[in-house]
Amino acid sequence: MAHESTYKPSTGIERWLDSRLPIPRLMNDQFMVFPTPRNLNYWWTFGAILTFMLGVQIVTGIVLAMHYQPTTEGAFESVERIMRDVNWGWLLRYAHAVGASMFFLAAFVHTFRGLYYGSYKAPREILWMLGVLILFLMIATAFMGYSLVWGQMSFWAVTVITNLFSSLDSVVPGLGTTLVQWIWGGFSVGEPTLNRLFALHYLFPFVIAGVVILHIWALHIPGSNNPTGVDVKTPSDTLPFHPYYTIKDGFAVVVFCIVFGVLLFYAPNWLGHTDNYIPANPLQTPPHIVPEWYFLPFYAILRAIPDKLFGVIGLMGAIIVLFFIPWLDTSRIRSVSYRPIFKWFFWLFVICCLALGYLGSQAPEGWYLFFGRVFTIYYFAFFLIIMPVVGLIERPKRLPGSITESVLAKHGGAA
Amino acid sequence: MANSDSSTNPSLAYDDDPSRRDVILIGAGAFAAIGGAVALWPLIDQMNPDASTLSLASIDVDLAPIDEGQAITVMWRGKPIFIRHRTAKEVEEAKDVKLDDLVDPLARNANLPDDAPATDANRAAADKEPWLVMIGICTHLGCIPKGQAIGDYKGEYGGWFCPCHGSQYDTSGRIRKGPAPENMYIPPYAFTSDTKIKIG
Amino acid sequence: MRNVSKLFAAILAVSATALPSAASAEDAGHGPAIEAQEWSFAPPFGQFDRAQLQRGYKVYQFVCANCHSMNLLSYRNLAQPGGPQFSEKAAATLAAQAQIADGPDDTGKMFQRPGRPSDRFRAPYANDQAARAANGGALPPDLSVMAKARPGGPDYIYALLTGYEEAPADVTMSKGMHYNSAFPGHQIAMPNPLAEGVVEYTDGTEPNLNNYAKDVSAFLMWAAEPTLEARYRLGARIMIFLLVFAVIMYLAKKAVWARVHKRDHAAKNAA
Repeated sequence: MAHESTYKPSTGIERWLDSRLPIPRLMNDQFMVFPTPRNLNYWWTFGAILTFMLGVQIVTGIVLAMHYQPTTEGAFESVERIMRDVNWGWLLRYAHAVGASMFFLAAFVHTFRGLYYGSYKAPREILWMLGVLILFLMIATAFMGYSLVWGQMSFWAVTVITNLFSSLDSVVPGLGTTLVQWIWGGFSVGEPTLNRLFALHYLFPFVIAGVVILHIWALHIPGSNNPTGVDVKTPSDTLPFHPYYTIKDGFAVVVFCIVFGVLLFYAPNWLGHTDNYIPANPLQTPPHIVPEWYFLPFYAILRAIPDKLFGVIGLMGAIIVLFFIPWLDTSRIRSVSYRPIFKWFFWLFVICCLALGYLGSQAPEGWYLFFGRVFTIYYFAFFLIIMPVVGLIERPKRLPGSITESVLAKHGGAA
Repeated sequence: MANSDSSTNPSLAYDDDPSRRDVILIGAGAFAAIGGAVALWPLIDQMNPDASTLSLASIDVDLAPIDEGQAITVMWRGKPIFIRHRTAKEVEEAKDVKLDDLVDPLARNANLPDDAPATDANRAAADKEPWLVMIGICTHLGCIPKGQAIGDYKGEYGGWFCPCHGSQYDTSGRIRKGPAPENMYIPPYAFTSDTKIKIG
Repeated sequence: MRNVSKLFAAILAVSATALPSAASAEDAGHGPAIEAQEWSFAPPFGQFDRAQLQRGYKVYQFVCANCHSMNLLSYRNLAQPGGPQFSEKAAATLAAQAQIADGPDDTGKMFQRPGRPSDRFRAPYANDQAARAANGGALPPDLSVMAKARPGGPDYIYALLTGYEEAPADVTMSKGMHYNSAFPGHQIAMPNPLAEGVVEYTDGTEPNLNNYAKDVSAFLMWAAEPTLEARYRLGARIMIFLLVFAVIMYLAKKAVWARVHKRDHAAKNAA
């Protein structure tokens, strides 16, 4: 929300700084007095949680890189050395591994929140697209990070995922093979591959951090959306970000940390796969190869499609389609809460994603394959057919006149 | 505290008390600060030597092949260890030095108390005075002094000479001239037989 | 509207009934069910049983170590807190019992010497090829993280070690293979390693198959996760801290937002 700056430098140093590098003014205007809709619920705290998790991942990651050795001979052992010999190494490594899962958990909640409340609709299209870009970068980063352990799952995940590019051979003969060998730096996944994965895994989080800054910038132009989807109309519709949302976000981060802590301290390997504690063996593929849980829905889509090239297109399309949501949704209003028909399709879509996640962990045979295909079709139909069509034919419920009105109505009901 | 107005949520009533509110906010800030500070420690401590480094092996060295007047250098914990089989003349020279002439009056011998004086007896191997075993690192800025090889310049005192900044050590490895502040250190070691030592 | 919701309910019902039946048909690939055992190191407050780990080390040393390496473990680990906690001296003695390859010496030759606490556990074979050659082509896997590398962990190891049976009549065994009820596919190259009395126990524990299997499984769990006790201990402290912190943050949040709620009530009452 564009607004007049209320910052008044009070000391000489602040005045000096204000005419040179006005960081105090920026912090004041964007994070202290920034007018924020007063009716944000706890689903809106996941932005702060994600920022926190990005910080956790970067800090633990830098520290782990001080001990990790990106060689095919030494990688697995160096990870175990971190776990055994490095001071607090077990804590740092498990925090990083479980942290990746927690990061994705929060990112998915954040994405579904945006989807439910129509936070991608004008004027927040670029905000949304930057978010999808961050998700895409997160997927790439997590994939590369998982490979660094150089266990059986790491190795075969790299082999399988990089081989996706070989599907381009059916477009231009030889193109895919050439590309895959370029990615590998050899004729199979090996030491050059591991080294570049490590280099890029170290780089990408900082790229993510950069895009996050753009994401927040794009957020602060129109300001936050809110559960009603009704625009802010008067100052009484808003509260200053600090202390109201700093404290609310802070509370949410602490609660999130409790969940994080339970996994980290009592079940650090629960979300992982036992096969990744077997050192990589290029001569033997594990009987069931599955990615980490956060990739399972995408993996299910890949396997649901019987053609190699189209499977890859489906996999990429599942993310790329998200970029176009702002224009695929034809609804006049934002929040699904006020959309009686679309609401059902939305919740079915949530179930669809969960089901795809489950199916991605199972062998692609029989009923699993059948339902994998059903839900894959629904996944794309949701965006490409349901969103545009339902938006046109649906008659939304009456929206509250303003944010304040909706808040008072709610409190009236409760009192 | 109790609010008789039924339209007010009673659980919010105490929050009208500003002092209580401030106490809670200060408490929240304190917890955040403690949490952050505690989380910092593992990030710092991880850079300290790890458990495998701390347990690093001791080494055995056979002294039999080292003739009088010769010296060898072996590696222990990544550091060079100078082992010198001193001639009788070198031992005499080292013994004749008066403690008052020394820059550093302490023996710097890990096998003796910290305050042992830097006599040659306290520097050389116990009961085997021709043998001098020490960490061959100049105490100035960590270079490795010359003097191990036969043809090396050994400095004015016939011991070792550091090429970096000109520190000069005598035949007992004691600093005599130049910027180094301390005698070269004696590592923990012991004779396991007449001609074998175990360092570390 | 109603119809739409009924349709979805129907779809869900179908998928809910179809999936479990599909799952049961698929179980063969996941290996036999493993029975969970009671372990002293169960979360959230468990600890290793020192005496059990010491016995387990003995079983490992006299039985497993003949074929299996344990390359991530050092003898010094046997004395560290949270493990078998042999005394430093005992660990040094255990290390010295093993002949470790070292070198090259001054003449460029490798030589054997007694182990030191800082040495890794002695591996029975110089390399994988030697291991295969000595074991009929099968490679005995390294046991360092075995308890984390198989579904079921220590439960699986226990089930495997106690799972040797006569092959049922309808199973044709391949040459050199042994029937095991816990092993995926039931045909394992490793012959039954344990028998009553193969390892001597000095602490009064009955030297039977069950105890051997249990003790060595616990030992392998410690070997795979030597910081488990530290993790639980730190976890308990951090969790208490976070719970208290969360309560304080909740109260702080309520205290801050009370101003808004108060204003709302005033606005409502005025209206």
